[in-house]
Amino acid sequence: MTNPQDNQPGPEQPDEADSARTDADAPASSGDVRGGFRGDFDAEQTIRLDRPTDDDDDEDIDADSADATASSTGVAAEDDAPEDQAEAEPTVGPAPAAESGAKKPAVKVSAATIVIAVLVGLLGFALIVQVRGTSEDSTLASARTDDLVRILSDLDSNENRVRQEIADLEQLKRELTAGSESADAARTAAEQRADELGILAGTLPAEGTGLTVRFSGQIRASRILDAVEELRNAGAEAMQISSGGGQAVRIIVSTYFQDADGGLNVGGTKLTGPYTITVIGDPATMKTALNIPGGVVATVSSDGGNVIVEDPGKVTVSALAAEPDLQYAQPAS
Amino acid sequence: MIPVLALIVGVVLGVILDPTVPAAVEPYLPIAVVAALDAVFGGVRAKLDGIFDDKQFVVSFISNVLVAGLIVWLGDQLGVGGQLSTGVVVVLGVRIFGNVAAIRRHLFRA
Repeated sequence: MTNPQDNQPGPEQPDEADSARTDADAPASSGDVRGGFRGDFDAEQTIRLDRPTDDDDDEDIDADSADATASSTGVAAEDDAPEDQAEAEPTVGPAPAAESGAKKPAVKVSAATIVIAVLVGLLGFALIVQVRGTSEDSTLASARTDDLVRILSDLDSNENRVRQEIADLEQLKRELTAGSESADAARTAAEQRADELGILAGTLPAEGTGLTVRFSGQIRASRILDAVEELRNAGAEAMQISSGGGQAVRIIVSTYFQDADGGLNVGGTKLTGPYTITVIGDPATMKTALNIPGGVVATVSSDGGNVIVEDPGKVTVSALAAEPDLQYAQPAS
Repeated sequence: MIPVLALIVGVVLGVILDPTVPAAVEPYLPIAVVAALDAVFGGVRAKLDGIFDDKQFVVSFISNVLVAGLIVWLGDQLGVGGQLSTGVVVVLGVRIFGNVAAIRRHLFRA
């Protein structure tokens, strides 16, 4: 390659000199002259296509003829290279028309033209490759490194943000679950407490271990009240009193006992003997409390009555007191 | 004529072969193409001006491509590859416009 490159200015000179001179000769028709110039170029190419193998020899001869422009045309002719003659002739100064005519059959294509052709072909190739590469994938494959890094960091931060969001939502879910669990527990506790309060207030039936205390004979209301107080002191949780006719009254905090004709007025309900108090609580403690010396059993016996304390195991307090209807008291928060 | 044929041949080859651009040269190929386009337009203008020089064209073509690629590569190393490639494209675009204007004046005398 180096050799053709170095030699090239030599043969090139005539062309330029030729066109310049032609321009000078006929400035008004420079377009036409250029047309002729291009025609020469085409001729070169055609011949180049015909004789692709002679390049090396020709280049050497080109160098010779360029070195000895005026005197060495004969030498070039000896070498059976008419194209060299044709290229050398313009420096000597024949007519332009004659020169182009002489060139036609013999001028070979210079190595520079091949190089140019290769370069331009490469350009077209690269152009198409780039265009197709760009059009078929305009996203990531053709992106620059720093663009890719930026996209990647964007994705990373996005991922972090989304992960944070997931963590927040899971935390919220845990809190809500725990909240509902605690709400369930609170409701259960509240229900249990309501049940307990209902039992204590006498609005709910109750069952459990306890005693039945049967009073027979002449019984005054104060003795029943004493027995109830004694049982409360002994830890009674729910009580009811029933008459001999099976009528039962729940004994709550506000229940009162009053002597009535032939019986008792318990909380507004008239009962007749014998009376049976059913009480839920610790049986042993309550039995002891009733039987202590000077206690309920002894007092009733001394009055002529009779008390029978039984421990049947599980007892049921089924009588209900009326729901309290509070008019003035409000829950204080 | 041969360069035009070669250009067509290159385009056809590119269409037929449809090669994949290696990742290493991917950032530099568009810049190289633009630089080569600049050289080609300069060559056409010189041809029309009658001062076309094969050697100068070859050297300017190759050096254009190499220098453009080198600038972009250097920019990549410095972390300003995107900006530098934009700058190179702008400069080459201005040159191409100038050359095309000269060509236009030659062809249409306007």
